[in-house]
Amino acid sequence: MWMAILLAVGLAVAFGVLLGIAAQVFRVEGNPLADRIDEMLPQTQCGQCGYPGCHPYAEAIAKGEADINRCPPGGEETIRNLADLLGVDPKPLDDELEAQEGKKVAIIDEEVCIGCTKCIQACPVDAILGAAKQMHTVIEPECTGCELCVEPCPVDCIYMVPLEEGVEAYRFPLPESAHPVITRGIGPRSGEPAHA
Amino acid sequence: MPDARVSVSPGLFGFHGGLHVEDRKAPACDRPIADMPLVDEYILPLHMHIGAPAIPVVQAGDRVGRGQLLARPDDFVSAAIHAPTSGTIRAIEPRPLPHPGGLSAQSIVLEADGEDRAAEPFEPWPDYREKTPVEIRSRLREAGIVGLGGAVFPTAAKIATANPGGVETLVLNGVECESTISCDDRLMQEDPMAIVRGGQVLLHTVGAERCLIGIEDNKPLAVQAMQAAIDRLAAEEDERRFEIKVVPTIYPAGGEKQLIRSLTGIEIPRGRHVTDYRMLCLNVGTTAHCWRAVVEGRALTERIVTVTGGGVSHAQNFRVRIGTPMAKVIEAAGGYTQGVDRLLMGGPMMGFALHEDEVPVVKATNCLLAMRPADRDPTPPPQPCIRCSRCAEACPADLLPQQLYWYSRAEQLERAQDYHLFDCIECGVCSAVCPSHIPLVQYFRHAKTEIWYAERERAKAEHAKRRFEFHNERIERQKAEREAALAKKRAAIKAAQEKKEREEGGETAAEDKPAKKASGAAAGMSIEAARERARARKAQAQQTRESSDATGSSERGGADKGEDE
Repeated sequence: MWMAILLAVGLAVAFGVLLGIAAQVFRVEGNPLADRIDEMLPQTQCGQCGYPGCHPYAEAIAKGEADINRCPPGGEETIRNLADLLGVDPKPLDDELEAQEGKKVAIIDEEVCIGCTKCIQACPVDAILGAAKQMHTVIEPECTGCELCVEPCPVDCIYMVPLEEGVEAYRFPLPESAHPVITRGIGPRSGEPAHA
Repeated sequence: MPDARVSVSPGLFGFHGGLHVEDRKAPACDRPIADMPLVDEYILPLHMHIGAPAIPVVQAGDRVGRGQLLARPDDFVSAAIHAPTSGTIRAIEPRPLPHPGGLSAQSIVLEADGEDRAAEPFEPWPDYREKTPVEIRSRLREAGIVGLGGAVFPTAAKIATANPGGVETLVLNGVECESTISCDDRLMQEDPMAIVRGGQVLLHTVGAERCLIGIEDNKPLAVQAMQAAIDRLAAEEDERRFEIKVVPTIYPAGGEKQLIRSLTGIEIPRGRHVTDYRMLCLNVGTTAHCWRAVVEGRALTERIVTVTGGGVSHAQNFRVRIGTPMAKVIEAAGGYTQGVDRLLMGGPMMGFALHEDEVPVVKATNCLLAMRPADRDPTPPPQPCIRCSRCAEACPADLLPQQLYWYSRAEQLERAQDYHLFDCIECGVCSAVCPSHIPLVQYFRHAKTEIWYAERERAKAEHAKRRFEFHNERIERQKAEREAALAKKRAAIKAAQEKKEREEGGETAAEDKPAKKASGAAAGMSIEAARERARARKAQAQQTRESSDATGSSERGGADKGEDE
């Protein structure tokens, strides 16, 4: 009887010590789940989710504090990926948030810009170039389209325009959605610019 | 003529799968190459080759001569673009491309002056044998030579990747397996000497010992002409490195890896290049242009284009200046016939339908195929896959198209990559043999571009994340630095004050000692107080800043931060 109790207690202590050591030796820095979630987020750092950047949002999701449907730039795809990762059902984007149509990039109207540097301070990825009382400009390839620079501008000279992605970003559609391409411009010429 | 065949060379190895396709090269392949007349306007997309887009070196308003450099290569894998004729640069602006999605891209628009004044910038090198391989390679790069078989990979880059290990065998690809294209066939018949001479230049450049010329057995006249050219060189210069290999007509025998397999029996494994096996494979048209660039000093400003199909009145091969609008080429071929509804760039297997015909002929345009509904095989609606595995039997790249199909369709892109999606050469054989008429290649193209897109997005997100982290780090650092500087300043003022007080209170020596003792604690408290004051000031500044927002005037505090950027 006592023997059995001693054995059980002894084993418990031994395993406890072992687990304690293992926890120290194989310690994982950071939160691996949050990091994996972070990888799925678009990294626009727009803060529309209510957190100051993508990583804080990822941490909040990992802790179960935030829902997976609060990322407008990521859209449906991000929600689907997060649902897959976390083993929950995908859901539509939160009603409070506005769905984003396509990718955008900020453009500064350089004629109007007064050089107040407010947008420079607002930009989370340092994609705006300029100095006090000098006109500013957006470094387009660095812009994530977060729109954080739009609101602080005192003269409303920043516009969000759809991002033109170029030929390299072309994606062939799946055949189901592909309608047969009919050649235009054959027969009598219409005279209007062909690329309009 | 198309029925006539020459006997296939002995000792060939063949390749897996493939397809016998109906030969539709006549009548274009029986007519001589015609010179396309000059037109008023040429459109030269900056990105008509594999690799980085070229960078314009001219501006709107510049006058240029034929062969003058318009855009220089931007990278190792990139190609120069030259003026197809003399004239004035009208604009550099987005223009529609020959592209399956009908996209537009930056293009140089050249208004021709009709004089066709030559401004050949290169010195002819008839004595090219005295030039080093590096010199010849840079000439090919400067002359904008790219693979004219359709892949438009910059030739100089291809040769450069071949050089480290050396090249034993040069393979000239005259197979042209697409059923409607005959531009290489005509070139071999009409100018075989340029090809063989180009072969000599390349043999010298890469230091190869032999040159195999692969030609399909449905081109007896081309074989004859090429053999005559080789015999002439053998007689005149004792040139014995060339050998013609006649391969059976099986689509896609002209694929690089398929041709190498046929000729040498070497199967290039996944992820390796032909050049890793001490071989270099170039299209015959490219080879002829190598000759012109090196020996005659001419840039690549024209190519031969097969204009054919039931939708065009007079099918023929044309020597077309790069940048000529396709509609003009069609006009030169007698215009469209009644009922034409589709224009393809490339052959029926690998070509794609164009959205419009005002797009320019680019370096990749080997064929313009105008079609009426009657010219096409009927395409019944796709039925479910019955797993008959006919596609796998026919695949010349030894892939499992039906597996790729499942995964591509289900967007399981990683699994598709496990089945070597990127080894697919998009030849279209699987789609053609599929009894369920599933457009398999379209799924594969979709999957490939989706994967590329996702990779690009991941890279961009990663980049944005790094910049965001750096931004935060910088903000933190600047805050700490400012606070440190402020504390230092306060401490200095405090010390000066204390010193002054001490000097003033010199007479009251009795109080001196306890004051000194307390000074440590007082300093700590004063720093606290200074911080408190700074905080209050900041809040005040914030308030004024907010109020100044309304007036739109810039504010000093914000401006200071801006200068830190």
